[in-house]
Order: sequence, then structure tokens, then C-alpha cells
Amino acid sequence: MPPSTVRILLRFLGSMNLAITLLVAIAIAAVIGTVVQQNQPYPDYVFKFGPFWFEVFKQLDLFNVYSSAWFLTILGFLVLSTSVCVYRNLPAIVKDINDYRENSQRSILLKQPYQQAFDQSATVADSLALISAVLKQHHYRFRLKQEGNSYLVAAKKGAASRLGYIFSHVAIIVICIGGLLDGNLPLKIAEWRGKIAVETRRIPASEIPAISTLGNDNLSFRANVDIAERGQADLAFIDYKDGYLLQKLPFTIQVDDFRIEHYPSGQPKSFESDLTILDPAAAQPIKQTISVNHPLNYKGYSIYQNSFGDGGSKLSLKAWPLTNAQAAKSLQASVKAHTPIESQTLEISDFRPFNVNPDPRGVKKFINIGPTFQYKLRDATGIANEYITSMQPTQQDGRWFYSSGMRSKVSEAFKYWMIPADANQRLDRFMAFYQGLHNPQKLQQLATQAANASKAAQKSDLKQRQAVAAFMVQLGQQFASGGYEQIATTIEKTVDEPRRQEVTELYAAALQQLLKNLYLDVLQQEGIKTDTELSAFDSQFYTDAVEAANLGYLYGSPWFFELERFQHIEATGLQITRSPGQWLVFPGCLLLVLGVFCMFYLPQRRLWLLVETKDQGVSILLAGNAVRNRYDFDREFAGIAQQLNPTV
Amino acid sequence: MNHHPYQQASYLQSRSGYDWLWAALLLVGAGYLFSQYQALMDGYEIGILLSSVLVLLGLGWQWSALKTLSLTVAAFSLLAISRYGDDLSLGETSFLLKYLFASQSAIMWMSALYVMATVAYLGLLFSGRPFVGKVASSLTWSATAMGMTGLMVRWRESYLMGADIGHIPVSNLYEVFILFSIITALLYLHYEQKYNTRSLGGFVLLVISAAVGFLLWYTFDRHADGIQPLVPALNSYWMKIHVPANFVGYGAFSLAAMIGVVFILKSRAADSNPQGFINARLPDLALLDDVMYKAIALGFAFFTLATILGALWAAEAWGGYWSWDPKETWALIVWLNYAAWLHMRLTKGWNGKPMAWWALIGFFVTLFAFLGVNMFLSGLHSYGEL
Repeated sequence: MPPSTVRILLRFLGSMNLAITLLVAIAIAAVIGTVVQQNQPYPDYVFKFGPFWFEVFKQLDLFNVYSSAWFLTILGFLVLSTSVCVYRNLPAIVKDINDYRENSQRSILLKQPYQQAFDQSATVADSLALISAVLKQHHYRFRLKQEGNSYLVAAKKGAASRLGYIFSHVAIIVICIGGLLDGNLPLKIAEWRGKIAVETRRIPASEIPAISTLGNDNLSFRANVDIAERGQADLAFIDYKDGYLLQKLPFTIQVDDFRIEHYPSGQPKSFESDLTILDPAAAQPIKQTISVNHPLNYKGYSIYQNSFGDGGSKLSLKAWPLTNAQAAKSLQASVKAHTPIESQTLEISDFRPFNVNPDPRGVKKFINIGPTFQYKLRDATGIANEYITSMQPTQQDGRWFYSSGMRSKVSEAFKYWMIPADANQRLDRFMAFYQGLHNPQKLQQLATQAANASKAAQKSDLKQRQAVAAFMVQLGQQFASGGYEQIATTIEKTVDEPRRQEVTELYAAALQQLLKNLYLDVLQQEGIKTDTELSAFDSQFYTDAVEAANLGYLYGSPWFFELERFQHIEATGLQITRSPGQWLVFPGCLLLVLGVFCMFYLPQRRLWLLVETKDQGVSILLAGNAVRNRYDFDREFAGIAQQLNPTV
Repeated sequence: MNHHPYQQASYLQSRSGYDWLWAALLLVGAGYLFSQYQALMDGYEIGILLSSVLVLLGLGWQWSALKTLSLTVAAFSLLAISRYGDDLSLGETSFLLKYLFASQSAIMWMSALYVMATVAYLGLLFSGRPFVGKVASSLTWSATAMGMTGLMVRWRESYLMGADIGHIPVSNLYEVFILFSIITALLYLHYEQKYNTRSLGGFVLLVISAAVGFLLWYTFDRHADGIQPLVPALNSYWMKIHVPANFVGYGAFSLAAMIGVVFILKSRAADSNPQGFINARLPDLALLDDVMYKAIALGFAFFTLATILGALWAAEAWGGYWSWDPKETWALIVWLNYAAWLHMRLTKGWNGKPMAWWALIGFFVTLFAFLGVNMFLSGLHSYGEL
């Protein structure tokens, strides 16, 4: 390349126009990155933007702007442009800092923007002494040069402002390079060279292939790992694109305990983990408690308290069959594990010992509704509903209900099934009632009883009574499998419009009779006398139980899982980072602050005083210039002139 | 030549008696604080206490009015704190606290006084009577004193609620809006004294009045004026320096924007109606241009410092000095915007109307970084949700 091309290139790279363009470009890119939420799972973006725009945005790297090739290229150009700028200006600035310009000729002084000429009736020595005192008062440093009868005092101050320029611009270069080192540029290069590949499957760490595993030679990363209490880990996961990479650690982190401290009002005050670092290279294990704002630094790795969750709590469940009358089973299950139950699989995803929810009764009040657990129940075909069930009943309108939420899609909100709690605050009575509804023998027995006991039964024969009983059993089964809704649908399908009202009333009366008998039977099993009038609680319970049974089919589960006991095991979410770039970034920041303050608050100013002897006294030419803050210099210059020449 | 009239006395020699009294009071105050609260402070907080003494010493020596303001605030605060004793409920029953110095009362006084000052400054602009200007200045000083007292007393009140609840009152939107009003007012008052002009007050105080309006809405509509315990992420000494540094930046940028507005009005009036009162009563364009530059330079320097302090804090709390969190990103955008402004002015020599417009646009960018991010974007900085 001929030298002129190099010069043109340097001039372009060091130009202010390019610098401003780059600053604006980075600002715009940054705005885009805040408008489009970054690093979300890809399906979320497809849902949000549609498949077409998803593809367009993906090609433009809009889902991870700040690590995209184009953004890093702009940053690279900023570094280059600033470097060229510093390179071009440095020699002149270094020269300028030490140069008093004491060789300036009168003609140069006359070209300065600030000038004033006046005479003094004093000796040269007195005049120079006065000048010296005034300049010192204004914090100027100066040199004196004599040539025959003329004396030139060359003064300046604020050289640090020029240093400030160098500091701040070098700082930007240093910070950007440090930041690029700590960004995922090295990973991108390794991926581009085919050395690593992102893992997108949810598989155990031991099955992750070597190409998705990073070792000690990865100098800079931010990785996460969840470790249960009393558990250990010597690896962590780096979120990368639409998957992750496995990062091996040269030591093992053991979590001895995890705690949440609370304020008296119940809000969390601190999250703390007691860690032990087991390093084969260290003489003994290192024990330290970390919390938010207090990480552990070890051999260039930093370990932060990042989140928390369940670490595999052990739950003792009672599984009530909802579709037959078999006895409830006991079941041991763990959070984050799969437990088979007959043809279904129970997958518990979370357990929470406390649930502090806004109190519906008052502003800014909170109530704890006790432990809950969340799970999916997957059938043999792989289809699953999701449930959230609380351990204790909660009060509503003065009555106690167990509640369990159900949803068939993750995107939906939970719909709650409210089951009345009996006098012992247990599920037993409702379950006896509900299971009876699903017990054909029980229904047959109760229906026959009802058919025989009715007034009409006195006049009818056995066959008619059997038909009535069969009808009632059929009604009961329809109610059990689809609630009032299904009975109404059947009536709509089979009965003409004019008779519907009449038939509906008939059906309702028959069903009520059956349900009432079923309920009285449940009470009798409990040993309650039913020949007198029911207590207020028992009759209210009946209303609530029928309502719950009516909606039971919507619950969509063959089982109701009651949480009997639990052993809570917490997991702490740790973030482990390595960022060698910070040893460039932090000094760079110091340099930047220093540079910026120097530039603005120590502006460079120059003054020259040419003192020449005359017949009587001396004549003085005062000249000066200021790089910035002209307005202040106006006042300073006028003040100095006034001090030297009070007659004006 | 033994004694020359311009023989420079050293900086220390030219300090007045008041200056030395100020230094002595600062030392006594800091010594007392240290002896009382030593057990609660870690090394960083002792460092912050020492630096605060030095900064206050320097500011007081440089700007005399600040000494009087600080001593007034100290007297008010000590009075309120001693009245409280260790019984927070006195805030409801004691006349002195309920109507003057309990933090929420003091802040109501601040709000009222700032609005009155705005009216007075606008009155000065229309009437041109110097007395009105004096009243406006006094009202602004009084409002600032009440606001600072309110924050000081609130700091104490938080400790009266519980030793582990106590924290410096810069932790939520309510508290930082008070901080914003006070800092913007102080920056304005500094330039008012330095350039000896009161005609900018009506414009700058408009921003403060808007902040006061927000504060009142936040108090009465949202009931967000209570003291809340800190979330774990905010429980750090970094908050004591990161937040105030940031608000010097925000305050200075707001000041610059309002001076930009004055610049635009004045240059329009100078063209269209040179005899009108706007042209006659507003300061010179050269002065406006200079103050605007100075405010942006000051804001930029402090905003740089604040962003860096934030990065250092993030390195300790979030596991990395830069996470491209929306608040961080918008801080960078604000920084880039003013960096471009300063480059244009200092190296390309741009000035006048375009720079005034740019300063005004910069204010809206800053406003988005301050409030918009909390309203529209989610991220790690979710402390002040609207």
C-alpha cells in the first residue's frame, strides 16, 4: 500500500465524524437490545413475533444483540478509531504539555484572541515582580526570557487538561478491550472454528458430550449451578444461544446449608449459603458463607449467591383414587423426580414451605397459606396436566376448603377445585362421598333403597321400582362423570323443548334424593345419627360437597394427592464467574474518571507578557488564549489586565 | 520589595474564621458519629464517612452559602432526632415533629416551598422587581433545607423502626425524587450566585415542581411514602455512593436542558421581538451557552463516576460488572449521547441553538433512563416500580 493510502485510512479512522457515528450507532444498537428482550428461549420469540419475523430477527442476531458479530464489530471500530485518534494527537499533546512557548515573537502574540497593551511607570524589575505575583495568584506557571531590552514572560496553566484527554481516551480503549475479553467473543470464535457445539437437550451432566464441555482453558465465563443442601458440584452451566455449555471447575463446591433470613414483616432480608471449597491442590477445605453482595473469590473464580429453589424435598403423599372406590394409597415422592403410580407418572417440579400471598381482605397485608407443591401427572400416552396443591385448607366465607389448581397448558392460569374440609379439617368425609359416587354397588344399593321408600313405590310393582332405581343409578353416574352439565346435555339431546322444564325438575329431584342418601350413608359410616335434623355444619358441608362433586370431572385426574408430611431440602443457585478482563476494566475506569475530571476542571490557558523598556517606565503587551471555558477566561483575562494596569 | 499587594496568601491562610469554625464542626460531628456508630460500620463505611467530611469541607470552603445551609439542616435534624428519642410514635403526637420535622412533614414543606419558589421566580420574570427575586431565592434555599432535613430525619426514623431496617434514604423512587429535587436546586443556586442572575430560576424550578408533583401523586395516590426494609441486593455500602453520584448527573442534565430552553426562547425573542421583556430580562446568550456547557460537563463527569460505581457494585452483587441490564444499557445510552454532545462542542466547536435543542433532547433520553426503564422494561434494577 502506498503511504498516501495509509494516511487517508488513518485520517478516516481518526476522524471525529467516524467517532460520532460510532457513538450514535452503539447507542441505537443498545436501544434495540432493550426493546427486544434478550436471551429468552426461542419458542417465546416465535410466539411473540410469528415465525417470519422470528427468522428475520434471528438472522440479524436481535435476540442477543450485545454478543452479535455486528455489534462487536462496531465496538471494535470504536476501539480502532479511538486508538488512531490518540496516536495522531499524542505527540503534539506531549510537546504542548512541556512547552511554555517562550520563543514566541511579538507577531505571534498579536495573533492571539485576547490582547491588551499598556504602559507602566515602573522599573523592569518592579514590573516583573508585579507580573510574577499576579500570575502566581492566578496559579499560572511561567518562564522568563530576556532578549536585549525586551523580556518575555510565557505563562500557562491547566496542562492536566491535555493529560485528561489522553487518560480518558486510553481508558475507553482499555475498558473496551477488557470488556471484549470478558464477553463471549472467545466462545464465538471457538464455535466458529468448530471446537465447541451448543447442547440443547435436557440430559444429565454425565451424558453431555465433550464438544459441549469446557475446561480450565476457558478463561472467562459466567455459569450457573443449583446445588442442594449437603450436595456437591464440580461443574456449572453456561447459557449459550438456545442451549447451554457445561463448564468444568478445578474444585468441588459443597453446600453445607442454605438460609433465608426474614424481616419481622416477613419480607426476605438475606439469602445465605455456607460453602466448602474442596480443592485437591489446597491443603485443607475452605469454608465461607456467601450472601447477596458478599461473594467468595477463589483462584480467580468468583462464586455468587444468585437464586434458590428446591433441592429434592421428600414428600409423603396420600393418593386418593377419584374414579373408583379403592382405598387411598401412601406414596413417597421427591421433588424433581419421577414417581410411577399405576399407569401414570407423578413429576413433582416444586415444593414451597411458605406461600406468602397478598391478603384479599386488606391493602398491603400478607397471609401465609402454608406449604404447596406443584406437579405434573402424565398418562401412558405422554399427555400431562399440571397441578398445584396446598397442604392445609384455607378459609373462605368462614368455611374451610382444600384447594388444588389445575391447568392443561403452561400458558394458562391455574383453575382451582375447592374441596370442603370436614369437621376435623380433613379430606375424609368428602372423599368418602365422592368415592361413593364412583361406586356402582353403593349407588345401586342407595337407589334401590330410595325407590322402595318413595310414596309412589307403595303402588308400583318390583319391575317399576327396579326401573326407577336403574334410572337413578344412571343419573348418579352421569353426574359423577360430567356434573350437572352432562345431565343437561343429555336432556337437551333426548327431550323435546316443551317437556324439558318438567323433565329437568324430575331428574333434579331424583338426583338430589340419591346424593342426599349417599351423604346420609357417609354420615352414618362416621357414626353420626341421621334420623334427627342435620347440624348447620353438616348441611352446609353437603351443599359444598355437591358443588365440588359437580366440578370434579374438570379436575381431569384419577388421583388427588394429599400432602401429609414433608422433609424440606433447599438448593442454592450459585453463579460462578471468571473475568480476567476486569483487571483491565477497573484500572481503565479509574483512568476514565481521572481523565474526565482533568479535562473539564483544569482547562488549559496560556498568557504572554512582553515587557519592553521605554524612556519612562515600561510598555507591556499582554496576550492569551484558552482551549475551552472562554467565558471564564474572559473574566480572568480582564481581571489580570486590571491588576497589572489599575489606571484603566 | 518586601510586601507586594499581590503577594499571594496561601489557600489555607485566606480561610475566614467561619471556614475554620466549619472545619471544626465537621470534625466534631464526624468524631461523634464515629464514636456512636463505630460498631455498625465496616471499613468501607468509615471510608465513606471520612470522604464525606473532606467533600463537605471542600464544598463549604468553596461556596460559603453551603455552610449556612448545612448548619441549618444539622440544627433542624438534631432537634427532630432528639425530640424523637427512641419513640417513633412521637411523629404522630409531638407538635414539632408532626407539623415540621417528621420526615413526611418536612418533605411536604419542601414540596410547598419549591412550588412557591417557582411562582416567585416566574413573578420575577414578568415583573422584573429584584425584591421578588430575593424572595424566590430565599424560598428555594428554605425548601432545600427542609428537603435535606426530611431525608436526614427519615434516615433516623428507619433505624427507629428496627436496627436491621435502618438504611440511608436513597433506596426507592420516593426517596430519590426528593434527592433529585434537592440536588437540582443546589446546582441551580450555585450558578445563580456565581453568575449573579435570577432569571433562570423560573425555568429550572419548573422541573423541580414537576418532580414535586410526582412526589405528591406517589404519596397520596400510591401511598408509596412509607419506609420499607431493603431487599437483599440493595443492602450494601455501594448504595450510599452510587445513587447520589447518579443524581448529581441527572440534576445537572435537567439543569442544562432548562437552560437550553431559555437559550432557545431568548434567541427567538432576540430575532422577533428585541424590545420584549423576554429578551430584556433573560441573560446573555454567551452566558447561557457557557452555563449549559458547564452543567453538561459536570453532569457527564458525575454520571461517568456513577456508572462506574454501579459497575463495581454489580461486580459484587450480580456476578459481573456489566450485564446489559436495561438500566445499565440506558445509562450507557445517556453517556454516549452526552459524550457526542461534548465532542461536538469541544472539538467541532458547535454551539448555539442546535446544542440547546440537543441538551433538551438529552433530557428526555435521561428521563427515560431514570423513569421509563422502570415503567416499560424489566430487569435487575426493579427497585422503583411505578
